[in-house]
Amino acid sequence: MMKEIEKKADVVIIGGGINGCSLAYQLAKRNIDVVLCEKRYFGSGATGRCGAGIRQQWSTKENTELAIKSVHIFEQLEQELGQDIGLRQGGYLIAVHDKKEMKKAEKNVEMQKMLGLDVKILTPDEILDVVPILNIKGMHAIGATFCPTDGHADPFKTTFAYANAAMKYGAHLYKFTEVLGISKKNKKIVSVLTDKGKIKTNVVVNAAGGWSKQIAEMVGIKLPNKPFRKEILVTERVKPMFKAMVISFKDGIYFSQQDEGQILGGIPIPNERSGYLTSPTFEFLQHMAKTLTRYAPPLKYVKVIRQWTGYYDVTPDARPILGEVDGLKGFIQCNGFSGHGFMLSPMVTKLLTEYISDGKTSEILENLNLRRFKGKKLVKEVSVVG
Amino acid sequence: MSDNTFICRCEDLTQEEIQQVINEGYTTLEELKCKLRLGMGPCQGRSCLSLARRLICQNTGKSIAEIELPATRPPIIPVSLGVLTSDDDERD
Repeated sequence: MMKEIEKKADVVIIGGGINGCSLAYQLAKRNIDVVLCEKRYFGSGATGRCGAGIRQQWSTKENTELAIKSVHIFEQLEQELGQDIGLRQGGYLIAVHDKKEMKKAEKNVEMQKMLGLDVKILTPDEILDVVPILNIKGMHAIGATFCPTDGHADPFKTTFAYANAAMKYGAHLYKFTEVLGISKKNKKIVSVLTDKGKIKTNVVVNAAGGWSKQIAEMVGIKLPNKPFRKEILVTERVKPMFKAMVISFKDGIYFSQQDEGQILGGIPIPNERSGYLTSPTFEFLQHMAKTLTRYAPPLKYVKVIRQWTGYYDVTPDARPILGEVDGLKGFIQCNGFSGHGFMLSPMVTKLLTEYISDGKTSEILENLNLRRFKGKKLVKEVSVVG
Repeated sequence: MSDNTFICRCEDLTQEEIQQVINEGYTTLEELKCKLRLGMGPCQGRSCLSLARRLICQNTGKSIAEIELPATRPPIIPVSLGVLTSDDDERD
């Protein structure tokens, strides 16, 4: 039987994906009384459906910094949580297709190196050293960028490890518990209503991924986020052939081989539109098969066993919305990750924990606050795939 | 069936292993998939999902009808990437 929900909490987190669970863990570790409400089961939204890549090569400084610091946390997370997270650092190889793209790549690499990242530009021959099954001509590559410490972690294992550790520190995590409403008074959060009862609280974290927009609407806050259905497929297990994640900003493709041997990857379908569409399409399957076998011809003999979908919670600049909303005390955003929530979660939740527990803000939290969408010119993250 | 009976042959999962995870509180088929990769091999859960569902029922006292089956994911049978690109062949 589900026990009755807590009557009050210091912080209520809405959403039990990687960000919600990681935040619950870090807050509970600091003796903050946390309740987390998840509508289905932990990782049932974007987290459990994602490619779970971990990339530090970005076009904006904020994402690069968040990702580099997140990798440092991922690297010692198994030790910290006492559970396997399936971390594998085989690098990310980003194909560069023409001179114009190479200029951008050089600029990005320079910025990334300044932030301390081990990243370099590869020649076509060097690309084949990293991923021998690639076809340079087929993928139209003139080079690539490569960061060896990029990689992948198991999204289920990581989420469950955070959730278990959070509960060990006394956080109350409720699955199959839906938030029905949020109450405010004098521009302050006062309570959260769930289908299991009401929780008094002054701090609510909106970590609801593709449903964040609806959660914000409960208190009259308008988020610019839009849910986009994204598709992904996985093949049967085949012998290990490569360790890197291969991606292309131009084609939008990403694919890698998992430890168990399956090839996993995705690509956007042309003319995709936002909305809550769930069914997988044949269009994706065909487009992905054609692009993937153009990049890696030997894969044409490998069988697809499953395709599925999940939502990217996409913002106008493809960067997350973090921190407290102006004019509504205690309403904190942790959403809008635009497809990058898993890989940025360790550092994002660390910064939010510092803000919630010590009132400490940071340049990143300020730059990624919701207020950036008011009027001013946006700095777009352009290094996006899937 | 004994504790060592294989329930999911694609992912090598015995009744005991599944039982253990149910005891930890993962009592939906979706969660067993995430936790153990149950039903995520080439057969896509054709035989294991209904067996695992019965294990959940035995442990939770719920009826078969109350345990939701996970979404069915295409393709129904494994199809090679080469076959999926095949409409291009006519033009070659």
